[in-house]
Amino acid sequence: MLTILFDGVAYGMLLFILACGLTVTLGLMNFINLAHGAFAMAGGYVTVVMMNRYGISFYWCLPAAFIVSALIGLVLERTLYQWLYQVSHLDQVLFSIGIVFMAVAATDYFMGGQQQLINLPPELSGRMDVFGVGVGRYRLFTIIVCAALALALQLILSKTRFGSRLRAAVDDRRVAMGLGINVPLVFALTFAFGSGLAGLGGAMGAEILGLDPNFPLKFMIYFLIVVSVGGTSTVSGPFLAAMLLGIADVAGKYYVPAIGPFVIYALMIVMLIVRPNGLFARGGR
Amino acid sequence: MSVLPQEATMVATSSPTAAASRAAKLMKRRSRVRFYEIIVWLAAIAAFFVLPSKMLILTEIAILALFAVSLDLVLGFAGIVSLGHTAFFGLGAYIAGLVALHYVAEPVVGLLAAGIGAGLLGFITSFLILRGSDLTRLMTTLGIGLMMAEMANQMAWLTGGADGLSGFSLGPILGMFEFDLFGKTGYVYCLVVLFVGTMLMRRLAFSPFGLSLKAIKANPMRAGMIAIPARKRIVTVYTIAAVFAGMAGALLAQTTSFVSPDVLAFHRSADVLLVLTIGGTGYLYGGIFGAVLFTLVKDWLSIVTPQYWMFYIGLILVVLVLVGRDRLARWIEYLPEHLSKSKEEGR
Amino acid sequence: MLNRRTLLAAASAALACLAQFPAAAQEAVKIGLILPMTGPFASTGRQVSAGVKTFIETHGDTVAGKKIELIIRDDAGVADQTRRIAQELVVNDGAKVLAGFGLTPLAMSVAPVATQAKVPTVVMAAGTASITKASEYITRTSGTLPQYSLPVGTWAAENGIKKVVTLVTDYGPGIDAEKWFTKEFKSKGGEIVEAVRVPLQNPDFAPFLQRVRDAKPDAVFVFLPSGVGSLFMKQFADRGLAEAGIKLIATGDVTDDDILNSMGKPAIGTITGHFYATAHDSPENKAYVEAFKKANNNMRPNFMSVGGYDGMALIYAALEKTKGDATGPAFMAAVKGLSWTSPRGPVSIDPDTRDIIQNIYIREVKDVNGELQNVEFKTFAALKDPEKAEAK
Repeated sequence: MLTILFDGVAYGMLLFILACGLTVTLGLMNFINLAHGAFAMAGGYVTVVMMNRYGISFYWCLPAAFIVSALIGLVLERTLYQWLYQVSHLDQVLFSIGIVFMAVAATDYFMGGQQQLINLPPELSGRMDVFGVGVGRYRLFTIIVCAALALALQLILSKTRFGSRLRAAVDDRRVAMGLGINVPLVFALTFAFGSGLAGLGGAMGAEILGLDPNFPLKFMIYFLIVVSVGGTSTVSGPFLAAMLLGIADVAGKYYVPAIGPFVIYALMIVMLIVRPNGLFARGGR
Repeated sequence: MSVLPQEATMVATSSPTAAASRAAKLMKRRSRVRFYEIIVWLAAIAAFFVLPSKMLILTEIAILALFAVSLDLVLGFAGIVSLGHTAFFGLGAYIAGLVALHYVAEPVVGLLAAGIGAGLLGFITSFLILRGSDLTRLMTTLGIGLMMAEMANQMAWLTGGADGLSGFSLGPILGMFEFDLFGKTGYVYCLVVLFVGTMLMRRLAFSPFGLSLKAIKANPMRAGMIAIPARKRIVTVYTIAAVFAGMAGALLAQTTSFVSPDVLAFHRSADVLLVLTIGGTGYLYGGIFGAVLFTLVKDWLSIVTPQYWMFYIGLILVVLVLVGRDRLARWIEYLPEHLSKSKEEGR
Repeated sequence: MLNRRTLLAAASAALACLAQFPAAAQEAVKIGLILPMTGPFASTGRQVSAGVKTFIETHGDTVAGKKIELIIRDDAGVADQTRRIAQELVVNDGAKVLAGFGLTPLAMSVAPVATQAKVPTVVMAAGTASITKASEYITRTSGTLPQYSLPVGTWAAENGIKKVVTLVTDYGPGIDAEKWFTKEFKSKGGEIVEAVRVPLQNPDFAPFLQRVRDAKPDAVFVFLPSGVGSLFMKQFADRGLAEAGIKLIATGDVTDDDILNSMGKPAIGTITGHFYATAHDSPENKAYVEAFKKANNNMRPNFMSVGGYDGMALIYAALEKTKGDATGPAFMAAVKGLSWTSPRGPVSIDPDTRDIIQNIYIREVKDVNGELQNVEFKTFAALKDPEKAEAK
């Protein structure tokens, strides 16, 4: 029972870290970026290449995955995305689907279509007993890292100068610019940060979720569920949503396997009907 | 032309009858048969004689076109971004397949049954898309599509599960025209359904009803102020679009005499959105032009580079958006607008 | 006039097709190879096409005085595409033989075309038993799931395993595997404690593995499509199921040779049943593996590639027998009862069902010279597909 809860939390944490970058672009910058999974995939492949081809330790791969994905995000934001903040949502959807298609084909070309696997360091694999509850070491690691990140994210957004600038830029771009805030720079950095988080999520998720060129398409749905259920205006909303979905999904599959796959979708639709703007809507929009 | 502009009748300077006739003229001009429309249908008929070896791909285009046109009704007129339109397409395909397998082999019956079934689903689900933002709608439609796909997989006793529904063959259409290996009958059948469907949707879209939808799309609040019942209109149009999407699905099932679970797959929803984008939204024929272009390009790419054609499709999308799809879709405006010489209204 | 221009382009393309058709038709037999080269099942397409090409490279491209011409097309794993491509290949390109088909629905969708046009159709990968029943013109060179699930049941019952949980993907092939394993295992006195089915779209195995663990069986029987299988393997080890005394037995899809080596330690000791392993010890296989690796950048051939390779072997042998006549009835008559030595061992085509008869090997994953291999240790010789054998 507790093991199921634990697994659900770990899964939810992973979903959160994968999706929270999307919360940032979608909620704060109002950009429907379906290509978010592509950044996660980039992070995952960075890890795979570093570990399997060059034998670099898993712990070094995580920051590397973050940095590489963030850089890719930054470049794409500067060259492509920044022109599209003002266009309609439909255009954004189409544009990002296009990016996904390109990423999928390009990855297939460079890395091949097979499932990529990584070998974790021994201290992270296996499981241990904590007060009679079986706990997977890697899942524990995931929970700790993700929880720390979620906390940090919340603090950055609410307490730092950068956070307030970002929120100002989102609320009213023109006034923010009038106050001397370099809005494009803030947006670019935010976008890069969001992509970096996705990359980190992809690197951490490679072990649990797997990694192949279709990753962005396969998990796009999950990201979107987290973000749309959680609402896009806070960090805590998607966090709770991810937890809820993770636990519901795992528990649903454990206790009622026959309808397991429906649980997550049904939950989403019900949530969307009850709270169309997410769990913690800021009101307004 | 039953809806009169309310303000117009209030204004003292112009009499009600004058306003009514002006409105009627406006509607007439909007709905006039345009030059390119006739070309499209003539080309489609000509293709039957000129390209006997390309029947199958033409059939596919016709089916995709009907599907895309039905989505245009939702997207281009009512402004709902849907990622789950394939739910209706897939349901229609399964209904047509099941009807042929268990009841009647005659295709038209299956076609109508598919339309009705998909329409029902559309009606029920339309209430879910009334609220929320673009994103919420996107997700709800997507969720419905995914649930349908999962259901088709789970109900293996009915749908054949992941193996697909097979083992049915279609009788001659209306008892007269047999399906042949070259796909000639199939093409004519699909083309006729596409033509009738497009004409019906066209009638709807260019009526006051269609105009009111555009008003809702442009500004729901103001639309409400001039007494347009937004909810009712959206439910209606969504249901109608579902009917035609279901029929498109039925056509696919009938021409291939096979239904696989990927009629409900996500990529189909994405494809049809892409088709509509290439062709342009909001004038119905975008679906047809888009379907022609998309299928030809995809077919050509998948021959040239079987493994990586997806990359180029993605590239096309990205470029399309960056250049601005409105600009590309506007070519239609440079065509001569009228067929008849009547130019009495002017601009 | 965008539409008119594209139409013109399409028309000229069609004419070009027609123009070159009669010239090439005299001495060539065209084989339409339809495979998923993109999408989630791209690795199947890659392996099968590599196997096919290896055969042509090693055996030349002429047989019975006819030149073999290969047309590879991608269906992205979408059934209606497969069907359209098949129909086009037959009608427009004049393909005499259809081959490939990565997944069951893809093969099923082509059955009506095969029947209507009387085109011999060689299934090289898809594994549901019922496919060959769908049309008289379908034969198969891969294998069926019942065929290689059943021996695993026999082996388990004979080797001290009493209680088993089955864990399969919830779709046609998975249910096939579950059914035949269960049937065989029960008839030999074993007990199935629980049958777990995993949805096709499933990122995390945690809840299912926990179920397995809580049921405390002697072993868990697993069927999963190959890519997902490796992921499962890792989580199986991570959850400590092996330490809890639960053995992993599976069909060979789970320890797919293509990715086996990257699975690492957790895979070692897994018992699987399948028709081909890269490590199969025979001169035919050694030659095959060498040629395959050379042509494909050191990629390991897996069971799908051998399905492609044998598919070509079948086509060549049948054409040899009919003296180059590839018309449906003659070709299929030649196919029935054909037998040859494949890299996987002796195989033949059942004259009644047109399905393959082959050895099924029970293998264990071992570290051989620093590479993980499926090492065969028991052979069930010349097995027919049990489902069709039973139906008679």
